[in-house]
Amino acid sequence: MNRNRLVSLIIGVLLLALLTSIFYTVDETEQVVITQFGRPIGDAIATPGLKLKLPFIWEIHRFDKRWLAWDGDSNQITTKDKKFIWVDTYARWRIQDPLEFFESVRDEAGAQSRLDDIIDGETRNTVAAFDLIEIVRSMNREFEVTEELQEFANQQTLEGISAGRLALSRIILEKASQVTPDFGIELVDVKFKAINYVDEVQAQVYERMITERQRIAERSRSEGQGRSAEIRGQKEKELKAIESEAYKKAEEIRGLADAEATSIYANAYSKDPDFYQFMKTLETYRSSLNEDVTLILTSDSEFLSFLKTSGR
Amino acid sequence: MANKSGGNGPFDFDPPRMPQMPQFNLPNVTPGAIRALLLLALGVVLFWGSFYQVEPEEVGVIRRFGALARTTDPGLHLKWPFMERVDKVPVQRQLKQEFGFRTLQAGVRTEYSESGEYLEESLMLTGDLNVAVVEWIVQFKIQEPRAFLFGVRDVIDTFRDMSEATMRQVVGDHSVDEVLTIGRASIAAQAKDLLQELCNVYGTGISVEQLVLQDVNPPDPVKPSFNEVNQAIQEKEQLINRAWAEYNQEIPRARGVGQQTIQAAEGYAAERVNRSQGEATRFEAIYAEYRKAPRVTRNRMYLETMNEVLPRLGKKVILDEEQTGFLPLLNLTQEVPREP
Repeated sequence: MNRNRLVSLIIGVLLLALLTSIFYTVDETEQVVITQFGRPIGDAIATPGLKLKLPFIWEIHRFDKRWLAWDGDSNQITTKDKKFIWVDTYARWRIQDPLEFFESVRDEAGAQSRLDDIIDGETRNTVAAFDLIEIVRSMNREFEVTEELQEFANQQTLEGISAGRLALSRIILEKASQVTPDFGIELVDVKFKAINYVDEVQAQVYERMITERQRIAERSRSEGQGRSAEIRGQKEKELKAIESEAYKKAEEIRGLADAEATSIYANAYSKDPDFYQFMKTLETYRSSLNEDVTLILTSDSEFLSFLKTSGR
Repeated sequence: MANKSGGNGPFDFDPPRMPQMPQFNLPNVTPGAIRALLLLALGVVLFWGSFYQVEPEEVGVIRRFGALARTTDPGLHLKWPFMERVDKVPVQRQLKQEFGFRTLQAGVRTEYSESGEYLEESLMLTGDLNVAVVEWIVQFKIQEPRAFLFGVRDVIDTFRDMSEATMRQVVGDHSVDEVLTIGRASIAAQAKDLLQELCNVYGTGISVEQLVLQDVNPPDPVKPSFNEVNQAIQEKEQLINRAWAEYNQEIPRARGVGQQTIQAAEGYAAERVNRSQGEATRFEAIYAEYRKAPRVTRNRMYLETMNEVLPRLGKKVILDEEQTGFLPLLNLTQEVPREP
């Protein structure tokens, strides 16, 4: 009885092993290459699900079906206009032909190192053939400027681009894509992730930015002084205008009034100028003669005409 | 516990017991009990493998033997144990990625990582070949769980790369002044659109909900000079404001003074005309009476005036008309003594 049980146990284990090695699954994310004694058999299998195979003889090699990442190291590259920059690219790729892939690069690690060679190389070639501005900008849009920097911006000359960032990455993609099918790899996209100045250049750029800002600051200050002087000038001008205008009006008013008064006086007094003179003279005596005045009269004056004689 | 091992007595009569490990004293283990135990364990495993729960913000994606079988909504569900595998994708959850900084601890006073720590993410070239430090966040949702699971490997890392590349592309088309000031909103909007476009091209199944620029600064070594510009702009405004203040202080006053001058002149005019009219009328009135008896009136007026004036005068000297040479006798310089 004990031996029977052992035998049945062994048979069970063997059956299970057979069962598991007769079936295999292909995941949604996978594609599979089958080899027999190291030689690939048939096409790659990309449809997911439960599959049958020859047990123990067939070997299953699984490859990812999805878009995969390639992230290159930063490369120090000199652009055509002799700017030293770090360029960091990334790429998306996938295993398009698993058979080819399996035969040429074996696995993903192999593929990554091939991609390193290919994309880094093309990136170098492409970047070195263009000016820095072509990698930074992707279109020729005009920069908007704030009011404060308006005039300053006009002094800057901005270079336009003929190709641009997107065109450059397209060039790299096209060049690299000519090679990658040999490895069963389809390259879908290469992009510049980061572009930065080399440290020494960075310091120079900072220096330039600083002087540029100082220029803006100086200009702003002097603009302020200029504008304030202008306002003061305007103030002076308006002050003078207001004062003289008032003076003019006042004089006109006075003049007109004087004229009117003159005409009124003339009208009235011309009726008897002689009497007016007499009356006015008397008034003047009254207002102008006071105790400070020493009056010297001769006895023949009209006033004293009765002093010597009664005048009869 | 007493150590009964070692077979130190001649009365060892318990053959099924293993002499090497006598501590595990399994009493009366029958094959039936073992079978029952195994079946129970199997049952538990099958039971646990048959149920799964999908949280309210998730969607369950079921693969049977690796092939997509179905997707399930939140709740408790059944699946085939061993044969089916479930991935729960949080489609309703807002996911967030930070660039150029990290939230260390979210809370009432959220802590952030020190600036400068993630410069390799945030330092970028602007379109005028200057450098800016741009920090931003991206909020996104997984819209299509199938694409998310099966389209791209390491979607989240891929998405980071895409976001960085996109932001740099957009910033590369703006001047440093735009990046720092007026361009912020449009940069964020543009980057969001481009990123969404890229997500669709890559088939990530991600929908970009929001892209917000956080701190955008000039690089640290350049910062002081940017502040200087701000300061200079302030100074400029201040100078202009001060000039306008003076202007506003003096011009209205001058206008007032001008008005005053004019009013005074008008007052003068009124006075002058009124006086002249008054005096003319008075003259005419007197003249009308004078004409009736000119001689008498004239004498009367003269004498009345003299009567009034003469007493007020100081020294009065009367000379005879024949007398001459009296002047030296008069001390004309002498002040007339005033009457107290």
